Amino acid sequence: MPVTHAADESERTGLGHEATAEELGAAGYTVFPDGKGLPEGRGTVSEGKAVYQQFCAACHGRNAEGDEAAALVGGRDSLTSERPRKTVESYWPYATSLWDYIRRSMPYESPGSLSDDEIYAVVAHLLHLGDIVGEDAVLDRETLPRVEMPNRDGFVSDDRPDTGGE
Amino acid sequence: MTIRKRRPSRRAFLGLAGAAAASSLHPAARAQTAGEIRDLGETPTEYGKPSAFEDSKRWSRAPDATASSSNTPLADLEGIVTPSGLHFERHHTGVPAIDPDSHRLTIHGLVDRPLVFTMDDLVRMSSVSRFHFIECSGNSAREWSPAGAPNVQLSHGLASCSEWTGVLLADLLDEVGVKPEASWIVAEGADAGLMSRSVPLERALDDVMIAYGQNGEAVRPEQGYPLRLLVPGCEGSISVKWLRRIEVAHMPSMARDETSKYTDLLPDGKARQLTLVMDAKSVITRPSGEQKLDGPGFCEIRGLAWSGRGTISRVEVSTDGGRSWTDAEIEGPRHAKAFTRFRLPWRWDGGRHVLMSRATDDTGYVQPTLAALLDARGRSTIYHNNRIKAWEVQESGEVTNAEA
Ligand code: HEC
Repeated sequence: MPVTHAADESERTGLGHEATAEELGAAGYTVFPDGKGLPEGRGTVSEGKAVYQQFCAACHGRNAEGDEAAALVGGRDSLTSERPRKTVESYWPYATSLWDYIRRSMPYESPGSLSDDEIYAVVAHLLHLGDIVGEDAVLDRETLPRVEMPNRDGFVSDDRPDTGGE
Repeated sequence: MTIRKRRPSRRAFLGLAGAAAASSLHPAARAQTAGEIRDLGETPTEYGKPSAFEDSKRWSRAPDATASSSNTPLADLEGIVTPSGLHFERHHTGVPAIDPDSHRLTIHGLVDRPLVFTMDDLVRMSSVSRFHFIECSGNSAREWSPAGAPNVQLSHGLASCSEWTGVLLADLLDEVGVKPEASWIVAEGADAGLMSRSVPLERALDDVMIAYGQNGEAVRPEQGYPLRLLVPGCEGSISVKWLRRIEVAHMPSMARDETSKYTDLLPDGKARQLTLVMDAKSVITRPSGEQKLDGPGFCEIRGLAWSGRGTISRVEVSTDGGRSWTDAEIEGPRHAKAFTRFRLPWRWDGGRHVLMSRATDDTGYVQPTLAALLDARGRSTIYHNNRIKAWEVQESGEVTNAEA
């Protein structure tokens, strides 16, 4: 695939400084579909229900059916209809993306406030509401990437241009 | 010697009635002058503003929200550069205020040497300045209906063009040394929601910039101050603003904004993903919706064209609803992946006319009709609408949106 052109030492500017372990720890991280990046910790569906009611329900509705902010469940089999309802349940291909997004951005007005355990738990609760994991599911860095989302195979790569001009 | 402007000014002292007041107070002075006494103008300012007679403004669908956007008033613009203060905005968690002295860019992941760059480090590196448009892939979302939006700010205003200055990402990746197993980079912003998107490494090594300059000055806060990613020709959300971290990776992160959002649902229920490139598009900005021609006669037709795949090679204009087309003049130099200005001399005869423009880029791609897009994609894709847009000049001179 792509060319990696690691320039030899003499061509490098030498600007920037090598990141210390401490700097790398503070810089942030990404969670990938294969689970890379997921931290230690765990959460259950019932723990997640409590987190959800306290920190999410006000905007997304008691049962994540949507309120001021978007519905997070429902809409399965609606994607070919005239009014597709794209939710975590009906549309998202990876459960890891949900973990990654909640860690970055939710709760909307205080992102960063949830612990890793609380994120695992609220993800478990949402996936249970969406009938994707059972009531007794425990999510952690091993089990989360193995969750199979209903729309896992719902995406295709970019095959444009798809209009022949005129 | 320096003569300071006296305050209050002579005009204020005499009263705003101007010449009449002047002559009644100073009949002798009046008699000696050939005409009106001219007031001195204003003194220099530290940072200039547009004339008080101008009122170009961005327009926001939700001005009080932090998950919001605002549109560029394209009809007011000349040439190809969008004034920085009128560049469209799109942000999901508000505009952060970042002190450049404490801002860092960390590049890590599948690299030989993870590095941390200060703004000073980046400014010291070899720089490039390039004209590029940025367009939100949700631009023209209202144009899926036949008549579309009533003016060009609403129909096309989530697109703007600036001269961006910064460092090529390829140079930075040389500094860290990319490992052979790497195939993507993941960029992250320092906004409250840590906006994040993945870019194919092949693309990252091509023309992607890390920009700190916009139109000759620092990037504006709404555009990512002090540092933003710029992926030329691609949907705006991938050009992550307030850039603080780049992780070199083995796969895309499948972030929320490349799965849940910014994916294009097709009639069979499958969605196109990572549809990064913005296809060729054009729009007439004058005469355009909600303007009024104050009588028949000469009126230049002008507009903007752009393509995420390269340069604009041709723009055709129709004044009869697409029955016949005439090549417009394209003003050079033609920058790749940048706004391009087109013009066509026109004499309005006072009758009803439907005006349209159609762009072709240097790959031979021709801007499609709405019908062609709907035919290929159905009604649920939301993003990437680059249809031909029509305006109708009424006999009254009023210009409205028209079905095309
Ligand atoms: C103050 C209201 C508010 C609260 C509280 C809130 N959210 Fe949100 N949520 C939003 C808004 C607004 C968005 C859309 C943000 C945007 O435009 O990018 C959103 C988006 C989301 C999305 C993405 C939806 C999609 O389809 O792309 C998820 C998932 C989500 N929230 C989960 C949560 C969870 C879990 C919590 C509790 C920990 C939570 N939210 C708390 C307002 C809220």
